Order: sequence, then C-alpha cells, then structure tokens
Amino acid sequence: MRRSSVRRLALPALALGLLAPALAACSDEPADLVIYSGRNEDLVEPLLEKLEKELDANVEVRYGDSAELAAQILEEGDKTEAGLFFSQDAGALGALSKEGVLTPLPQPTLDKVEEAYRGGEGDWVGVSGRVRVLAYHPGKAGTPPDSVHELTGPEWKGKVGFAPNNASFQAFVTGMRVLEGDDATLEWLKGFKANSPKTYESNTDILEAVDSGEVSAGLINHYYWYEKAAEEGEDKLTAKLHFLPGGDPGGLVNVAGVGLLKGADTKEADYAQRAADFLLGEQAQTYFAEETKEYPLAAGVAPAEGLPALDSLEAPEINLGELDSLKETLAMLQEAGLV
Amino acid sequence: MGVSVGKDPGTRPVPRLRPPGRVPWALALPAALAAAFALLPLVYLGVRALEHGPGYAWNIVTTERAAQLLGHSVALAAVVVTACLVLGISLAWLTTRTNLPWARGWAVLVTLPLAVPSYVAAFAWLSAVPELSGFTGSALSLTLVSFPYVHLPVAAALRRTDPAQEEAARSLGLGPLRTFRRVTLPQLRPAAAGGAVLVALYVLSDFGAVSLMQYDTFTRGIYTSYRASFDRTPAAALSVVLVVLTVALVATEARTRGRAGYARTGTGTARPADPAPLGKWLAPALGWCAAVTAAAVAFPLATLGYWLAVGNSATWDPARLTETATATLGVAAAGAALTTVLALPIGVIAARHRGRTAHLLEQAAYAGHALPGITIALSLVFFAVRYAHPLYQELPLLVGAYAVLFLPVAVAATRAAVLQAPPLLEDVARSLGRGPWRVLREITVPLAAPGVAAGAALTFVVCMKELPATLLLRPTGMDTLATRLWTETGTASYAAAAPYAAALILLAAIPSYLLGRHRT
Repeated sequence: MRRSSVRRLALPALALGLLAPALAACSDEPADLVIYSGRNEDLVEPLLEKLEKELDANVEVRYGDSAELAAQILEEGDKTEAGLFFSQDAGALGALSKEGVLTPLPQPTLDKVEEAYRGGEGDWVGVSGRVRVLAYHPGKAGTPPDSVHELTGPEWKGKVGFAPNNASFQAFVTGMRVLEGDDATLEWLKGFKANSPKTYESNTDILEAVDSGEVSAGLINHYYWYEKAAEEGEDKLTAKLHFLPGGDPGGLVNVAGVGLLKGADTKEADYAQRAADFLLGEQAQTYFAEETKEYPLAAGVAPAEGLPALDSLEAPEINLGELDSLKETLAMLQEAGLV
Repeated sequence: MGVSVGKDPGTRPVPRLRPPGRVPWALALPAALAAAFALLPLVYLGVRALEHGPGYAWNIVTTERAAQLLGHSVALAAVVVTACLVLGISLAWLTTRTNLPWARGWAVLVTLPLAVPSYVAAFAWLSAVPELSGFTGSALSLTLVSFPYVHLPVAAALRRTDPAQEEAARSLGLGPLRTFRRVTLPQLRPAAAGGAVLVALYVLSDFGAVSLMQYDTFTRGIYTSYRASFDRTPAAALSVVLVVLTVALVATEARTRGRAGYARTGTGTARPADPAPLGKWLAPALGWCAAVTAAAVAFPLATLGYWLAVGNSATWDPARLTETATATLGVAAAGAALTTVLALPIGVIAARHRGRTAHLLEQAAYAGHALPGITIALSLVFFAVRYAHPLYQELPLLVGAYAVLFLPVAVAATRAAVLQAPPLLEDVARSLGRGPWRVLREITVPLAAPGVAAGAALTFVVCMKELPATLLLRPTGMDTLATRLWTETGTASYAAAAPYAAALILLAAIPSYLLGRHRT
C-alpha cells in the first residue's frame, strides 16, 4: 500500500473507530428485567417476546452458554444486572444454588411442578423436561437395547456415539452414580470405554453420525431428533429414537429451569418472579411442547404429538437436586479415560 | 556499542549512532498504561487461583493430566507454527517478489483465511473427512486459519526491504535460493518471528477447532473445568500455566532476535525489487498458491454453500444480517483503532530500545494472549463490575476487551515495521531539536505506516470473529456476526448460520484487499 494512501485512510479510519462506540453508546431506557439465558436465542426468543408483552415491561435478554453465564453471574456477585437465570440444565442452577446467589421461590410457584424437577433448596424450578434417549440406525442396530448396560457388550464394539464433554451426557453419568453407586458407574464407564465408542462434541453431531450410519447408536437428548426432523424433513431421517424402559439410568429426565437472583432490586425481583410464573403457565408450557419439542412440566399441558407421555416413560426416579456433584463425575470420566 | 553485529554473515550491520539510552517518558508513559491494561487478566487470575491457598492451586497444575494436556498443546503449537512459517513466507515471497501472474489477487486471497473462525474451518474439514479428528485435524484447521499472521507481516517487510543487498549477493555468485536463505530471510526475521509467536499463542488459546476435532489441549481442559465445577479456581490455576508458557515464549523470541540491524541507511527511499523470473517454477508456484487458496478459502466457502443448499431453516433475514454486519464493523473498527493506538508506543519501544523496561513492556503486552477467551472475558467482568460499573456491558468495555485480547497482534506488526525504519533518521531529527513526540509523528510513524496499517487491518479482522468475550461483554441485545453464527450453529441451523459466516469472510475481504492490492 502506498504511504500516501495509508495516511489518507488512516486518520478517518482512526477517527471513525474511536467515535463509533461513542455514537452507539446512546443507550435506551433501562430494562425492568434482565434475563440471562443459557438457552438458545433461536429456541426461546419468540417465547420471551410473549413474556415481555405479558409483563408489560422492558425485558432484556443476554444469551450465552449456561455454564459460562453461571460463571459470569458468580463474578458479578451482588452487582449482577440479572434478575432471572434461564438455564439449559439443572447443573448450572444447582451450582448457583450452592454458591447462595439464588432467592427461594414462593411455594405456590414451586408446587406447579413435581418435586423431582426442582432444586432441593427451593430456589430453582424446572420449566421444561428433556429425556436422555438412544438414537439408533434401524438398518445397523436391529432391535435397540433396553439398557445402557448392554452397550458394553461385544456386539456394540466401535458402534456407539457419545459426547463426553456435553453437559447432558455428564448429567446422565451423575444420575447413574446417584442410582447405582460410584463403583458400579466407574465399572460401566471403563467397560464402555473398552468398547471403543466414538466421541463427538455435541448431540447434533452424534445424531448426524447415527443418521449416516457412521455409528449404529448414540446417546442423546430426545428433542434433537425432532429439531433435525423439522430442519430436514422427517421422511429424510434414517435414525430413530428409543426411550429406555425400566428406570434405566440411560433414560434420565433432566430439565431446563429458572432461578431468581439475589442481586436484583425489589422491583426487578418482582418482575423475575412473575416471569417464572409465566414460564410455568399454559402459554409457555404449550410453547415448549410444540416449538422446542420438550416435555411440559406444568399447567397440565400435553407433550407434542408423537412423543410418549412423560409418566409412561419409566424414567429413573431421581431428585435433580442431587445432580450437582459434577466435579466427581468429571474426575471419574477422566479416570475412565473418556475425557 | 557503536556497531551491532548480526549473527548472520548475510546481514550488514547498521551503525547505531544513539547511545542505548533510557526510554523517553513520552513513550514510556502511554506504553506503561497500555501494558497495565493488558495485565488486568493476570491480576484476576492471581486472585482466583489463590482463593483456596497456593497449595490447592499447585495440586491442580501438577497432576499427570495437566502435564499431558500441556504436552498436547505444545506439540500442536510447534507443528502449526512450522507449517505457518512455510506457508506464510513462501506465499509472501511469491506474491511480492516474483513475476507470479495475478499476484495481487493471490495476495488478497491468502489473507482471507484470517476471517474464517477456527470452528468453521474444523467443521468444514470434519464434514468432508471425518477421519481427520484429533491432532492431524486440529493442526490442519489451525494452520489454514492462522498462516496469514505470518504472511501479512512478512509480505509487508518484503515490500520494504531494499533489494540492493540481494543484488550484491547475486552478483557475487550466490544462487537465488542461497540468496534468499542468507540475505532475504535474515531480514524477514523480526516479521516472521513476530508472526510465529502470534500463531503459537493463537493455537494455545484456541478452543473452537480443538473441541470439534476432539483433541484435548490445555485450553480445552480449562473450558471443561469451568463447565464441570463452576469453581473458577482450577480454571484460573491452569490458566496461569499458559501465562508462564507465553512469557517464556516471548522471552525466548526476544533473546534469539539477535542484534542485527534491519534497516537501510542510504540516500533516498528503498527501491522496489525487480520481480524474480520464476521460469520453469511458474507452474508449481501457481499450483502452490491455488492449493493453499483452495484449502483455506474455497473449501470453507464451499461448505457454507452446502449449508445453504441443505435444510430449510435458511430464513434469509437481510435486515438482521445488515444490522449485525454494521454493528460488527463498528465494534471491530473501534477495537482495531484502540488496539493500534495502544500498541504504537509499545511497538516503538520494543523496536528501538533494549533493556529491562522494553522487555517488560513487551512481555506484559503478550502475557494474556494465550489465555482462553472465556478467562479474559471473566477477568474483565470481575474488574468492570467492581471498578467501572457504569461501563459494564456497554460498548467501550467491549472495545477495551478487544484491545486487551489483541494488543500483541498490533504490537508485533508495529515492532516489525519500526525495525525497518532507519533509526538514523530519528537521531538526525532529534539532533535538530525535535521532541520525541514530533519525531514519532513525523519520522517513525510515517516510515512504519504500511506495517502499522497492516497490523490494524489484522486486528480489525480478528476482532470481527472474536466470540467468548463478545458474548459476555456486549451490550445486552447487541449481536455481532460471530455471536449470530454461534447462536445458529447452537441449534444446528447450519443453513441459517451460513449467511453470517459468509458475511464475516466477505467483510474481512475489504482490509485484505487494501493490504494485498498494492504491489511494489
């Protein structure tokens, strides 16, 4: 670049660069309620717009990764702008509860969902359920197994996909530890590892691999299959879902949920409280059923067509508040050589 | 002290008239401020890592697993740096010094990979060749997105080096290859080494490619630790190891920099080199450029095209795309401007002064650069809510975060550019009574302008694709192309993500075009 042109461009560029934030910093009116959402914008934005209308308030939403937002809330401490944390999994809510940054919810709000789907301290509540399932390729897997314990058998060697770094998978392992004890879980993990499963980064990648026949089966959350069906057309999907029966740990029901933050001022806390009630109300529960294909947990709303009813699932009986020992799970996954 | 002696017989020593005196206040003060700014994340790491006492932190970093992850990270960085040096230097030489057809076009094209987020590159390769995962796939995708870090400064240096020395070497009977090795290469050292350090730090801090490729590096371990325990201490303790590694790397680079001079002090300006005739090498040279462009640019773009073609979630929302692109351009321009301004004094000091102060300033600028984005983002959250609450989650803080994150990118470019400007001219100006500021403004900056501009353009591009800090620090409700891309890929809506990824690459083409357009 010729020096003259560099100099001609440099000053205006510099001025523009330094002025841009100043020009853009004309901030709008302050928000009545700030929500930190670990749930994806594409999935929940329409719902949160309804919420804004319902509350007749200025609601601002910051989207991010559930774990990272939880860490951010912990760094912010009592100075947090957030009134409500909308988490993709129970683990992050459990962690915030442990650190004591959540406010207890009123009993009527808690009572809208079954006890299994809320925090032990009564300071967070699940708003939608997601079930761990086995996705399988009918041509390659034949009859799918009814328990994750079968996946350590020789007929599955090299044929199972899983995502060791995915929060839902780790919650499943934590659930297994609660249900069957640490020794049995470690043994299963080692057997699973010895069977050379294929690792993927996300549920989406696993489903992709099952669908293409790269693996015969994969451990995922149920709604990914419905998302993919919506994206590509159900008739184009080869992969099928199998809900594991008999209280098998592989059929864990986990939740996305909300917690109210202590750092919020009285006015914002009031809005946050009303937001939590809205998310447990019929409109929002119907949205979870129809749009995100998750299981509604309140207001008597039925799940989307094609999904088995939640109480027909024979899911393991477990209190999600007990799923907060993620550190031990991770240590165990490392010991088994899976992460 | 009058003469500095190069290590390489091909490098002519340049007389240094100035005594290696103290750094003038006019430079030291702004440089110290910029460095202090860049050191904020380290203070935070100290606070968090020692929260449960030093023993606790020590136990975390001395596990067998930590050692294994570190080995992985170092091996990956070594391989990627080597590959980037080969790619970057060869392409820079071909596009600036030979009669390669469409040289300008190639120069623009091989800058574009910078705009490809590492996870997009990794995704593209994985979807085409699933067997690639692990070390090979990580090394491949990281090399293809980061070789412009070497290519750009080296090309800028090649444009400014005087061909006289090379011609002299040729007239003394050295062949073209030996001339390149013994005369040209030593002159490119500061630019290439600066680029190599940036590549190494980029690899150490990358999460996108290694997570998709399932290769367990140190940074991946840090992310896993955050997600698993929400206890920020282990992540901080592990991050400290990366800082130590960075400082060691930068110190090593500075020590091996040698004391050779890189500037010419003749009359007049540097004459552009006559392009070397490629002769029978023309076809292989073209093939090389084409292969790199295909792998690093065409291939990711083709993948985006495939995303668009597959699936029916492609809700083209031109209004939103435009709005997002505009916001991205704004914050990236501001980030590049602030970063360049902060980097100038540090870069000049690093080029012109030796001694403890200069070293410390340069190392401070680099110290945080290998840290995962999430760590730096959380450190800024920590400071902002405590000491700059009105700015928290406002644009100025985001722009400041870019400056902390990318200061080394601009410092490396500035230093390499200033090294090529003869210090003699500054000495003359000083002897005529000009103050340090005026010398900087009238002599150093104009002479170094092309290199500094290249650094600014580079910073602009990397700001555009930054994700972790942008997610945490952006004003609530604001989106950049990178955050939209993250949102859309989060629900596997690849078709909806494609326009944002394509816009990123196209916008990056603007500075690349400006940089690659001019051929001396």
